[in-house]
Amino acid sequence: MKRLRKFSIPTESVLPALAALAGLSALMSLCLGAVPVAPGAVLAALLGGGSGPAAQIVLYARLPRTCGCLLAGASLAVSGTVIQGVLGNPLAAPNVIGVNAGAGFCTAVCAALWPARTAALPLAAFLGALGGVLLVLTIAERSGASRMTLVLAGVAVSGMFGAGIDAVLTFFPDALNGYTDFRVGGVANLSMARVAPALWAALPAFLLALSLAGELDVLLLGEETARSLGLPAGRLRVFLLALAAALAGAAVSFAGLLGFVGLVAPHMVRRLIGEDSSARLLWASALGGAALLTLCDVLARTLFAPYELPVGVVLSLLGGPFFLWLLLRQRRRGGRGHA
Amino acid sequence: MLEVNGLSAGYPGRRVLEGVTLAVRPGRVLALLGPNGCGKSTLLRTAAGLLPALEGEVLLDGKPLGDYSPRQAARRIAVLPQSRAVPRITARRMVLHGRFPYLSYPRRYGREDEEAVDRALAAADALDLADRPVPELSGGQRQKVYLAMALAQETETILMDEPTAYLDVRHQLEVLALTRRLAAEGRAAALVLHDLCLALTAADDVAVLGGGRLLALGGPEEIFQSGILARVMGVRLERAPGPGGWRYFCALPEEG
Repeated sequence: MKRLRKFSIPTESVLPALAALAGLSALMSLCLGAVPVAPGAVLAALLGGGSGPAAQIVLYARLPRTCGCLLAGASLAVSGTVIQGVLGNPLAAPNVIGVNAGAGFCTAVCAALWPARTAALPLAAFLGALGGVLLVLTIAERSGASRMTLVLAGVAVSGMFGAGIDAVLTFFPDALNGYTDFRVGGVANLSMARVAPALWAALPAFLLALSLAGELDVLLLGEETARSLGLPAGRLRVFLLALAAALAGAAVSFAGLLGFVGLVAPHMVRRLIGEDSSARLLWASALGGAALLTLCDVLARTLFAPYELPVGVVLSLLGGPFFLWLLLRQRRRGGRGHA
Repeated sequence: MLEVNGLSAGYPGRRVLEGVTLAVRPGRVLALLGPNGCGKSTLLRTAAGLLPALEGEVLLDGKPLGDYSPRQAARRIAVLPQSRAVPRITARRMVLHGRFPYLSYPRRYGREDEEAVDRALAAADALDLADRPVPELSGGQRQKVYLAMALAQETETILMDEPTAYLDVRHQLEVLALTRRLAAEGRAAALVLHDLCLALTAADDVAVLGGGRLLALGGPEEIFQSGILARVMGVRLERAPGPGGWRYFCALPEEG
């Protein structure tokens, strides 16, 4: 049993614990809300046994939302883990480096031009996310690839895409009609029809990333060392970033510009299981991200009931300070390696 | 055998080396010496295929290095690079990645790999560090772990860029003794070194680089007698008989 400092939880029990946490948060998400439903009734409704208003609420109002939370949380967290690893930058995350904003812009354009094609949204979001990540990567590499430069380039790119979203919404005010709180991210009023296409984009991307976990391990040793071990590091980095873009795009395509899950969740699971194995880290990120977003959404719904906060607001309240703490720690340390 | 022929190397728009021809031969230790910025690391990186050659060729057993896949090349040439990231993993896991070139899909390290890691850790005198996270290690300890990773590749040729950096004097001597053992096993080793005295004592061949060219190539005796090393480095180089061979000394040149 290997223990990696700070936390004394054996690494072997982290994954089951995170899975249990994700399951528990999903159950809470189904039970809690304006009308509380007992866990027994929830299970009955899910298994097709229940009827009446409680079952209706669970199946048509809460289930899509819970699934959306789990999927968006998992996708963004895995995307963040991959981005941080590939760029060797603990400050990087899909919302920080402009990936989410790029995905959001293309989602808005797609929704404005082809309102009926909801299934095409994840593809559009992927293209936007890819555009964002490649743009930021190019800028950062030209300017010497320092960590702060990458973050600053992300701010600039996010700003431009954000303006693009606003421009689209000016001309097509109804484009994002099905979305609640697109700019901060929200998961209210979701339907399975909107979540399902994103799942078909996110699942293959996750499996591909998982199949490249061994390569990612070696990539973490630094580009020079990775290449001396026979790894085509340049190509692999771009491919992994494309997978991260697909994952972030999938989440943005139905949940809007959710921030900070992709930053916070990877750091939390790294603390728990270390970085010895990227495969374990990717699984843990998926489970941890899903649990984190679902719990935040439960909070967003229950804190000020009957009023509901968009989950993006809760995330930003949590993630903003965390990001600042990371920034300050970076300045103090200035060292290499992950935070 | 790894050879470079008429090699010019460097970066786009900045040629660092010109017309270098030398070979890293099995059973011998080659030391690359020269002042800072003379292109020693560039030579090493180009010979390892990490940097494309601008002119001339790099041959591995008579075939152009480019004919080998990166993975095949990594099974024949190991590199201890100068710039080293500090991943947050245990030392053992890190050394295990030295076996990456041998993995086929799915990338799982097996019994053989673990044994190679044990041998490498023992050879680099890093067995006691195996379970510690790399970021917690001192510079010298990390150096040993990196060295163990290169050894775990079990290649016939090993190229080391400043393997003695960060090490105290005892560990410097140990690294050179280890290199001699590798050569005795029939492997080819090339090292970039800053310590002339250490290099002249431990190497079979010495290459002196300066001003982007290979200025001299020969045995330590020949290089010492020619006086070129002292001239290029701008020092006075002397020697005295010591136990088991010559001991070399450097000093600043006398005024006037």
